Amino acid sequence: MNLPGGTIHGAGDRYNWRDSAYVSAITIASMVLMALVLAIGSALLWQSLPAIRTLGLGFITSHEWDDAAGKYGSAAFLSGTLYSSLLAILVSVPISICSAIFLAEIAPKWIRLPVTFIIELLAAIPSVVYGLWGIFVLIPLLRDKVMTPALASPSITKIPIVKSLFTGAGYGPSMLAAGLLLAIMITPFITAICRDILNAIPSMQRDAAAGMGCTQSETILKVVLPSAAPGLIGAVMLGFGRAFGETMAVTMVIGNMTPNTPDGKSLGLFDPGYTIASAMANKFTEATPGIATAALIELGLVLFVTSMLINFAARSLVKVAMRRLG
Amino acid sequence: MRLFTFHANTATSAMGSLEPTLNVAINGAGATFPAPLYNAWAQDYGQKRQVSINYQAIGSGGGIKAISARSVDFGATDSPMTDAELAQAPGVLHIPTCVGCVVAAYNIPGVQASIKLTGAVLADMFTGKVGTWNHPSIVALNPGIKLPAVRVVPVSRADSSGTTAIFTSYLARVSASFKTEIGEGKSVNVKVGVKGKGNDGVAALVRQTPGAVGYVELAYAEKNNMPFATIQNAKGNWVVASIKSATESATAKDLPGDFRAMITNTQDKEGYPIAGFTWLLIYPNAKREVKDFIRWCLTDGQKSAAKYDYAPLPESVRRRAFAAIGK
Repeated sequence: MNLPGGTIHGAGDRYNWRDSAYVSAITIASMVLMALVLAIGSALLWQSLPAIRTLGLGFITSHEWDDAAGKYGSAAFLSGTLYSSLLAILVSVPISICSAIFLAEIAPKWIRLPVTFIIELLAAIPSVVYGLWGIFVLIPLLRDKVMTPALASPSITKIPIVKSLFTGAGYGPSMLAAGLLLAIMITPFITAICRDILNAIPSMQRDAAAGMGCTQSETILKVVLPSAAPGLIGAVMLGFGRAFGETMAVTMVIGNMTPNTPDGKSLGLFDPGYTIASAMANKFTEATPGIATAALIELGLVLFVTSMLINFAARSLVKVAMRRLG
Repeated sequence: MRLFTFHANTATSAMGSLEPTLNVAINGAGATFPAPLYNAWAQDYGQKRQVSINYQAIGSGGGIKAISARSVDFGATDSPMTDAELAQAPGVLHIPTCVGCVVAAYNIPGVQASIKLTGAVLADMFTGKVGTWNHPSIVALNPGIKLPAVRVVPVSRADSSGTTAIFTSYLARVSASFKTEIGEGKSVNVKVGVKGKGNDGVAALVRQTPGAVGYVELAYAEKNNMPFATIQNAKGNWVVASIKSATESATAKDLPGDFRAMITNTQDKEGYPIAGFTWLLIYPNAKREVKDFIRWCLTDGQKSAAKYDYAPLPESVRRRAFAAIGK
């Protein structure tokens, strides 16, 4: 090995050795994550096999869940989960993104620091505390100030879309209470991540925009937000995932009843509802071995697959949107 | 002596010997309803005898699973094991330990008194047939109490529970329409109102919802100062749920030999009709220490049950249960 390039080659070897160690460490770490996802998925699939074999597609299409009668249908729980999470996202996203923009782009330091601290504090409150607050504060407030007046008001029944939303039993525990509570829970979470993402956008981009004569709002809307978009959508998806799987707080305020309609679905915000996570939490401890337990694990599988599909859809959406924007 | 102790402990830890030793550990798991009583008993019993009894309140279903898998020394349940469950745990004995009663607690704005309800009217509230508190069938039972025109919001259990089993067993026995529309069991599909998780979940919903009526264990209603209904029993008497009337309800019944029976709608004159046993589950060949503990529960333990808000067994049942433990 007395070629002229020998030493350089040797140095390259050393470099390659470190490089490949680094790459394999990272690869192994990500493989562990992949393996975890696969392990969870296959364990759910394996343990729900008895239910899948017996119930077949009926588990997905039927909305009737009656342990005593041996009927297990997940449709009403799934639509309840989707509905409550969607409500939470609709309420939370505008607030979260606007407050993140305010904190990252506009607020002076003396506001930014305390507000950031409070938001991070909110994100760390355990969900059972939110649930208790929901039972003792939010529900009485919604019942007395929103549901009862809305149900008594004749004018609401005339507005086309509103009339099918602002209706239902109005007992207090309801889809509305669950959706709002979830929105309150995920808002600090989404805000904190969005703020970090906006902060990570290089300030040179802002300076360049300002140099070209952009106003502050033009800079935010046309420069900062487009380059932050994939990250912001990721943050929203994390919040959605949290709302999707939230158990304790939802169980405490949603009423745990599937809508008493022929198809088990109701758009009425004042009606009680039921989510997959709540159903599992309520039913699992006392489930008898066999088909009842397998059906509950299959509920977990449905939740798992649905949240993966939604994540996948959101990622594709980001890709398409980015391509459009160039 | 010191040497002997050392040896005895080594033997236990090494091969799980059944020799009588100091510091025996007994593990139990199951129903949440009697958990405060079992924990109190475990402490009273264990302190004097250097036996440590560990009871995990994981729910009746979990207790049945655990004893079937033989992962505990005793299980505990609020509703008797079904024949299918018994097939998984051949020979398991049901030993009743105390009587629990379920009350219909309510939140009627402006009414603090104990209103009177029959089983039939209560059943109609949970099927949605009686929808307001000033419904003629409630008013007729409660002359002198001003009942408001507030709607009835039935609150039931979202989780599977022995409390639900006792409550629905009673309503199914007194109302044919309840039996066909809803049925009985640990988990039933009540189609009106809202549902909460656990006794405390139901209690919180009842307290927070004007017009609510829900079923909880007596101790929960008393702890939360919730008014609850006086119920008419099978002999036509109006009975307030209490430790005494719960014990009374278990006397008149012809119990099957294995104690697996719901005792709701008692024929006893003074008995409260929405009551049921709670059982310990053991195998006939259980460790001697386990049987000693359960014998104690059925003798000295019975005397302290009322102190912890649980109704002791009637003497006739207590004696039979004691004999059923065997040697």
